[in-house]
Amino acid sequence: MTATLTRKQQPSELVGARLPRTGPIIVAVVAVGLAVGAKYLFDWTGWLTTLFTAVALFVILLTAWSFSVEGRRRAKDRFAATAIYACFVAAVVPLVLILTYIAIRGFPALSASFFTHSMNGVGPDDSGGGLYHALIGTLQQVAIAAIIALPIGIFTAIYLVEYGRGAFARTVTFFVDVMSGVPSIVAGLFVFTFLLLGLGMRPFGAAGSIALAILMLPVVVRSSEEMLRLVPRDLREASYALGVPKWRTIVKVVLPTAMSGLITSALLAIARVAGETAPLILLTGYVSQINMNPFSGQQASLPMMVWDQLGKRTGNSGAIGGPWEGRAWGAALTLVLLVLILNISARLLARLAAPKAR
Amino acid sequence: MAKRIDVENLNVYYTDFLAVEGASVRIAPLTVTAFIGPSGCGKSTFLRTLNRMHEVIPGGRVSGKVLLDGEDLYGPGVDPVNVRRTVGMVFQKANPFPTMSIYDNVIAGYKIAGDRKSKNQFDDIVEKSLRGANLWEEVKQRLNRPGAGLSGGQQQRLCIARAIAVEPQVLLMDEPCSALDPISTLAIEDLIAELKTRYTIVIVTHNMQQAARVSDRTAFFNLAGVGQPGKLVEYDETVKIFSNPSEKATEDYISGRFG
Repeated sequence: MTATLTRKQQPSELVGARLPRTGPIIVAVVAVGLAVGAKYLFDWTGWLTTLFTAVALFVILLTAWSFSVEGRRRAKDRFAATAIYACFVAAVVPLVLILTYIAIRGFPALSASFFTHSMNGVGPDDSGGGLYHALIGTLQQVAIAAIIALPIGIFTAIYLVEYGRGAFARTVTFFVDVMSGVPSIVAGLFVFTFLLLGLGMRPFGAAGSIALAILMLPVVVRSSEEMLRLVPRDLREASYALGVPKWRTIVKVVLPTAMSGLITSALLAIARVAGETAPLILLTGYVSQINMNPFSGQQASLPMMVWDQLGKRTGNSGAIGGPWEGRAWGAALTLVLLVLILNISARLLARLAAPKAR
Repeated sequence: MAKRIDVENLNVYYTDFLAVEGASVRIAPLTVTAFIGPSGCGKSTFLRTLNRMHEVIPGGRVSGKVLLDGEDLYGPGVDPVNVRRTVGMVFQKANPFPTMSIYDNVIAGYKIAGDRKSKNQFDDIVEKSLRGANLWEEVKQRLNRPGAGLSGGQQQRLCIARAIAVEPQVLLMDEPCSALDPISTLAIEDLIAELKTRYTIVIVTHNMQQAARVSDRTAFFNLAGVGQPGKLVEYDETVKIFSNPSEKATEDYISGRFG
């Protein structure tokens, strides 16, 4: 026993030479050290150059070391793995920075009174005020948009999956794809031309909802279509073979089986348009008072409140660092939280509605 | 109750592709008929024409006649939904509805179709069908559990219970045991022997021993080559097919000298 422990193990052919477990850490320390050294050696001013140099050195050194010890295949693996992790970090860092910054700036503004008061009579440099009017507006406008877009979208998806054949179905799919590329301001302009210019109406909340519905529709159709296609063909056939008509099969078998996916796609589509601003500038206007009626008179919304507080609407934003700034960040944070709540409830509802095995 | 099936010179198409050509069979009531043959010879396709499930596939169509007690299933004005209520089907892969409990799966034919019955009537149907499928003793304690939680063999028997719950007159089975272990297969073969007293059964199988064990008559399908239509080569008493077939191709196939 002691002999085998003390004797150096001769690796078999199946065991290749590997870098030590701490290899990447050593390389990272060396790379950072070299980069920092280079910063002072060449008098680089910013830290960003140093960061990117360190990353590049890390990739080169690790790949080279791995190539010399482990061979070509493992070196390629190290290179690809490092590149993928770097891309992941590059994608996540901005997201985390934005969210943290909004949270840090917006959190001090949040209070019970912020959620229960409107901006009525509160100037940019006055403290107090709140986003109640804008929260009401956003919730109502998005709800109306959902009421318009979700049935149309889900029914379109059912048509495409269950009935759509030939040229007409292809045309529908094509236009859904085209719609998903429509810029939000164009959807706003369409409703603006049609309702406000054409029919001579004044801006009101539900006009914005129509534009939001146009933006939601392709998202709902595409994602619901995917969900319905996931329902196995077997289940439809099992239902037909029991002597069930097609429409009842769709209602009682296909939709319940796809329900969790449909809920997710609906809530994600809602979350997608909740922060939309461009069409609302044209269609809903903005008022500081509480307007509970989305069908008459201008109505505020959270994105529009940020816009207004920053002084972009009226042209006066007050003194730098004034209360208006906190309110703008507070409204932005509330919007982010709203979308977050929608996403989380989408996941919870989807889990509840998913078919269970036991 | 059980009905006879007479197929006369049936051609089955997928769009323009002729999958089965000129098949004629006479299936007597209260018998088990087995369809055997190599993969792709059209036996499953042919089976699906017997309850108009073939046309569910886009481009699926037939020419010729399928007579159920003398009435043409493909006649003008015949509703495929009513055909499928009379001619039930069990599929190769067990496919209980994942959103439903065992109980709801059995009465799915009524529930989904919107037939209302009292709780007592449904209870009776569930017990009768599950007993009919030899599953009652195994699941009676957990009728409200999801059907997807059962084992593969139990799921297939659940699907059989679901098919017989709507009281069809003919039961089609498309390779019902192909995904099952020998013990579950035996359970289903025993079940077929029992169901024979009440239903006309047509079964597609790749297992020739199974065909020999369960069926009264056997039809052998074959195809001349890739892209050629499948044909009904021989249709006779099972005993004769497996002991003294008239066709050389049948003998080659059942003795394993095929191809």
